[in-house]
Amino acid sequence: MKYFPLVWANLTRHKRRTVLTTLSVALALFLFASLRSVVTTLRAGAEVGSESRMIVQSAKAIVFFLPMNYRERLLAVPGVKAVTWADWFGGVYQDPKNFFASFAADAESYLDMYRTDFTLPADQRAAFIQERTACIVGQHLLEKYGWHLGQNVTLQGTIFQGDWTLTIRGVYHATTPAFSEDALMFHYEMVYERYPRWVQPGWYVLELTNPSLAPQVAAAIDSEFKNSSDPTKTGTERAFNAGFVTMWGNVSFLMNTIGMAVVFAILLVAANSMMLSARERTNEVGVLKTVGFGDRLLFGLVMAEAGTIALMGAVLGLGGAKLLYPAIHFSAMGFLPGFAVTAGTLALGFAIAVALALASGLVPAWNAARLSAVQALRHVE
Amino acid sequence: MKIPLVYNVRSLARRPVSSAMTALGVALVVGVFIAMLALANGFKMALVRTGSPGNVLVLRKGADSELSSGISRDNAAIIGALPEIATGGDGQPLVSPEVFVPMNLESAAGGGEAQLVVTRGVTTRAFEVRQGVRIVHGRMFAPGRDEVIIGVAIAPRLAHSDVGDTIHFAGRGWLVAGHFAAGGSSFESEIWGENEQLMPVLRGQVFQVVSFRLKSAGAFDAAKRTLEDDPRLQVDAHRESEFYASQSLVLRTILNFLAVFITGIMAVGAVFGAVNTMYAAVASRTGEIAVLLTLGFRPRSVLASFLAEAAFLALVGGALGCLVALPINGIVTSTTNWSSFSMIAFSFLVTPRILIEGIVFSVVMGLVGGFFPARRASRMPVVQAIR
Amino acid sequence: MSLVTIHGLSKIFQRDSQPITVFDGLDLEFAQGSFTALMGPSGSGKSTLLNLVAGLDRPTSGTVSVGDAEVSAMSPGALAVWRARHVGFVFQSYNLLPVLTAFQNVELPLLLTRLSKAERRDHVVTALGVVGLTDRAEHFPRQLSGGQEQRAAIARAIVSDPTIILLDEPTGQLDAKSAAEILELLQRLNREHHKTIIMVTHDPHAAQAAGTVLHLDKGVLTA
Repeated sequence: MKYFPLVWANLTRHKRRTVLTTLSVALALFLFASLRSVVTTLRAGAEVGSESRMIVQSAKAIVFFLPMNYRERLLAVPGVKAVTWADWFGGVYQDPKNFFASFAADAESYLDMYRTDFTLPADQRAAFIQERTACIVGQHLLEKYGWHLGQNVTLQGTIFQGDWTLTIRGVYHATTPAFSEDALMFHYEMVYERYPRWVQPGWYVLELTNPSLAPQVAAAIDSEFKNSSDPTKTGTERAFNAGFVTMWGNVSFLMNTIGMAVVFAILLVAANSMMLSARERTNEVGVLKTVGFGDRLLFGLVMAEAGTIALMGAVLGLGGAKLLYPAIHFSAMGFLPGFAVTAGTLALGFAIAVALALASGLVPAWNAARLSAVQALRHVE
Repeated sequence: MKIPLVYNVRSLARRPVSSAMTALGVALVVGVFIAMLALANGFKMALVRTGSPGNVLVLRKGADSELSSGISRDNAAIIGALPEIATGGDGQPLVSPEVFVPMNLESAAGGGEAQLVVTRGVTTRAFEVRQGVRIVHGRMFAPGRDEVIIGVAIAPRLAHSDVGDTIHFAGRGWLVAGHFAAGGSSFESEIWGENEQLMPVLRGQVFQVVSFRLKSAGAFDAAKRTLEDDPRLQVDAHRESEFYASQSLVLRTILNFLAVFITGIMAVGAVFGAVNTMYAAVASRTGEIAVLLTLGFRPRSVLASFLAEAAFLALVGGALGCLVALPINGIVTSTTNWSSFSMIAFSFLVTPRILIEGIVFSVVMGLVGGFFPARRASRMPVVQAIR
Repeated sequence: MSLVTIHGLSKIFQRDSQPITVFDGLDLEFAQGSFTALMGPSGSGKSTLLNLVAGLDRPTSGTVSVGDAEVSAMSPGALAVWRARHVGFVFQSYNLLPVLTAFQNVELPLLLTRLSKAERRDHVVTALGVVGLTDRAEHFPRQLSGGQEQRAAIARAIVSDPTIILLDEPTGQLDAKSAAEILELLQRLNREHHKTIIMVTHDPHAAQAAGTVLHLDKGVLTA
């Protein structure tokens, strides 16, 4: 460690090169962490969801309604403690580009069903429940559009035709990462009132008395409605979320492939830089050897240099990614809720940095060790 | 350029490893760049090809996709009576009322996994109105039967989708009568069946869309006004080509954002690499630069020379990146088009224009990376260099 | 007749805020067609003088004229142009661009002219012939001996038929035999082709080849 000042002096002698190389490594590791986090977030999305909640949707396709009378029949199924329902609303706020999730639910039972996943002040909850045209929005959505409590928000219906003016009566905070704060929820009744002849629940959510009952409950429900005109597909909330994840298709594969290309590109840049430095310092190595520095020491010094650059780059790039995304509440417009850089990704990133240090430092270090002092001193670049 | 390029090319060859690594770095960036553009382009083309400017799509007012629309039979008849509609060879108007519903279908991958696939109910008229649709295997579905035809892009991804198989959805089995192609458009990711057979088991006696051919493309505005002003109808009329282009908006925005974000960061890294390489090159050639300046070459010639060297190196990398990315062309991938909430299969599409953009991008990286080192070379005080 | 006129020359270098005076009011002339050797210990300013004549450096005060051109007053851009046409410069080492052949190296100054490719080739061939390197034209510097390299450098120095040839320690890195060949070549250039030559050297043996020998010590001419 007493040699660290020497290593540092070497690095700071060519400040520009050191800075550029460190930044390249940082950028590339930042990108790597970001890409891998898309994969891990998607995977996590398929694994979150309460174990005691289940989703009942139409077996034909998610876009089909289920009859309202299913509510009683679902409640009657052994193991089902509570039932709520909702419709995907898909409204447009001013411009189609302003995309966020909007849905209409049976307010009180829905808030009860998801009580573990969010917080909402009691007075706001009461205000929302008693007002038919009220809505609640997530904190992040509120901030994004600069709304405030009591404000009117008008959505253009796409599935449910017309303009819908809602008053924000509550702002909720998510307590689990997978629960989106980029959503708006209002009363199912409001939609039903306008189109009583055809509006029905899009999906039902069930709470079980005991999570282990899930398979039986699913089987019971689906077989009951199998031959009706509205067959059901029942599954755990987790399975439901996982279904959405698979809709992304090959995205994971794509991200992984690009991630590899990125890693390889950094390797080239950093290794190149190390070699350039090494070549310029052949003379110096000769002097050090004449002074008495041993081969192994010189080997170590060069490796330490490579290691320092890799380490600094890793801290900057990986740390940057870890801190940036939560700070800007990034969730890809709600497509990637709970987007975060996991410990696993960080570990992998550091492993890459180590591999990088080894790969880029090895050859120059070996050459420095092997070089005879006389040869080095005579060497003219 | 006064200083011959051969000087630069050979000087690069003198540092083969350094030059190769820098070029490879550029190659990787360009390769990823081209791949991402090809992906976005493939998706865009699949949707662009789906529509023609001479056709009109009528959806319920406010519906942002065929999925969320609904038009009654009566209204469909009213729409069909529009004077601006072209007539077919048989003297009948070229109007196609259609059902559009995404349905859960079993994946070819098996394991009970389902995919949402667009199921479109049509009449035989649809084949004349919607252009470029033709049967490539088997035959058309027979009227009055539980039969369907499957688009060639989606067929490989579904179970029981071969011609002659029975495919299951909406609680029924349907005979796969044939496969159809549609010029690479998004129709190739759909299943088509007869309106009358599908309506009872899907959304009932309601169409999702009415599409028709205009007598002339210029008649669009008049047709649109008539339809949208009619108080009975409550519809929006869109030019077919514009409509499908807008359907691709969400995914295209995502893909383009990714392309810029990813390649942008990689490019910065590659440029840094080029900067380092060129600075090192300049540093090792101070003697040569001194000679050139002494001989009477202007500093700006030296600048141009080193810029050219950087650009040439980057160009080689760019060309390599193009070569590496080229095989991606035609590879089929699939994802969900969130606008229609259903699976769309499309291929990576590399065009000459994308390749040129890749090359230009590489040269720009070279110039940006080479600028400061080249400037340093040109500003070198000769006297110091001689010492 | 005087070709190079130096009048009242002062040159002060700034090295880390320490001013170093190399020349303080020097007057000197070099006659047309002369072959002068400039000798002196290191630090005497002889290389600086060469640089000033070539317009590579600027005097602090005083004038330097070569022929009609007042070199000390010209702009850098004009100097580059002037130098290409009027000066042939040979360094002690590292003259040639390693990635170009001898032919291409010699051709370099001509690229700054408007001569056609064929005309350039003629000049290069001639120059190579004068220095005796015709059979080495397509070789790279690493394939040439030290003496051959310097000969190529001299060929480049004369290829555009310059007004004056300046050499800074041309034999410093050569063995005795090669050095003798170079000096003999320079004498030929001076006698047969009437080239004006100023050669800086610390080797008295090399200085003997010149017609005139000047001694510089701390910026002043001594006997």
